[in-house]
Amino acid sequence: MMTQQKRVTTSGAETAMVEFKSVSKRFGSHTVLDGINLTIRHGEVVVLIGPSGSGKSTLLRCINGLEEIDGGDLVVDGISVLGGASNIRAIRQEAGMVFQQFNLFPQLTALENVAFGPRHVRGASSEDAHAMASELLAKVGLAERKHHYPNELSGGQQQRVAIARALAVRPKLMLFDEPTSALDPELRQEVLRVMQALAEEGMTMVVVTHEIAFARKVGTRLIFMENGHVAIDGDPGALMENPSNPRLRDFLKHVE
Amino acid sequence: MDFDFSVITDSLPALLQGAKVTVLIAAAGLIGGTLVGFLIGLMRAYGNAFLKGVGFAYVEFVRGTPIVVQVMFIYFALPVLLGIRVDPMTAAVTSIVVNSGAYIAEIVRGAFLSVPRGLREAGLALGLPVWRVLMFVVGPVAIRRMAPAMGNQFIVSLKDTSLFIVIGVGELTRQGQEIMAANFRAVEIWTAVAAIYLCLIGVMTYALRTFEKRMRIL
Repeated sequence: MMTQQKRVTTSGAETAMVEFKSVSKRFGSHTVLDGINLTIRHGEVVVLIGPSGSGKSTLLRCINGLEEIDGGDLVVDGISVLGGASNIRAIRQEAGMVFQQFNLFPQLTALENVAFGPRHVRGASSEDAHAMASELLAKVGLAERKHHYPNELSGGQQQRVAIARALAVRPKLMLFDEPTSALDPELRQEVLRVMQALAEEGMTMVVVTHEIAFARKVGTRLIFMENGHVAIDGDPGALMENPSNPRLRDFLKHVE
Repeated sequence: MDFDFSVITDSLPALLQGAKVTVLIAAAGLIGGTLVGFLIGLMRAYGNAFLKGVGFAYVEFVRGTPIVVQVMFIYFALPVLLGIRVDPMTAAVTSIVVNSGAYIAEIVRGAFLSVPRGLREAGLALGLPVWRVLMFVVGPVAIRRMAPAMGNQFIVSLKDTSLFIVIGVGELTRQGQEIMAANFRAVEIWTAVAAIYLCLIGVMTYALRTFEKRMRIL
């Protein structure tokens, strides 16, 4: 499970999981995404980096329709975000999301949080949902904490519950929006380890993060965003060892 | 003067009869008012421009006029306008429904909008329709947050029923007024009336505290 070997993605032959086709997004008069063209294939672990305000979180949130796109088309697992509310819901059931602020449901225990999706989205019975939730909590190392409420858990534990909650609807794709940014340094590793295990199982992942070490170790693809554009797109190791682009070099120096 | 307890014991049956009517009006009115309040409050918080406008107009009309004027309008003016008969009890309950509904709408709106946006997004991101997110994610948190303000409104509405003395409903204050008009024992009667109100509201406060203890405020 802890092999350092990265899965090699073969381009073209594999089917696209997410396809951005000239996607643009504006907030008022400010253009956040400016004609993005990007294809993410099954099994890729795409790490999105870039200065704040470069549009990386917005790009991520467009994938599951938390932000509406203003131009172009965006297709997730064959479903377009432009197809109305039922399409958006179908996409969201295929794309789990993990937030910077965890956003666990405070009135529910860890177990109930994880069982929530299967019960309300997949229509599972209470017993099935709880059994599945127990399994997932064990997988993220929180079997003993399942009856605790979110406010009784540390930040790292809350974020691991949030990952389990997203996995519980059996998504084909996982979106991570700065999953460790709200955590103290000593709590980040436990979350990153869970994410690495997930990547090694072959989950398609899009991760907005400042964790450069994670990008190098787990990522199969690094995207550097700038002013609403994909400025650089390539292999994480190669890009970081030899950052030809001066702005990427600058950015890496600031983050590392 | 001497405080004569026998005056109170003699008038107690009539006063308790009045208290019963008071509780009836308040209970029926607040059940209706809570339903109206949730409807209008959610319309204002999440509705389109039209629903928001309707909700806003309702709240402004009700908050902008005194409850005594509202009950007078329902009891005396509506029959003239619509050619229907309105009995005092119906007018009283309707007034509480309409009046508390507007205030509760603002409580509901405020509580729902105070729930962090991230919770709503987390629910939506799982693939739930909006109404389910409001019902199972945002709602449970909002209801805990609205408890203190709702308690306030329930108490105010219960006391507002005393204003229905103007349309002759036999509630607690009216009963007190009638007994006093016959025996002129103002001190004993109004002391007893005040004590009964205090007891009613004490019970309400206790029920509310029990609710709040069971549901941790989140």
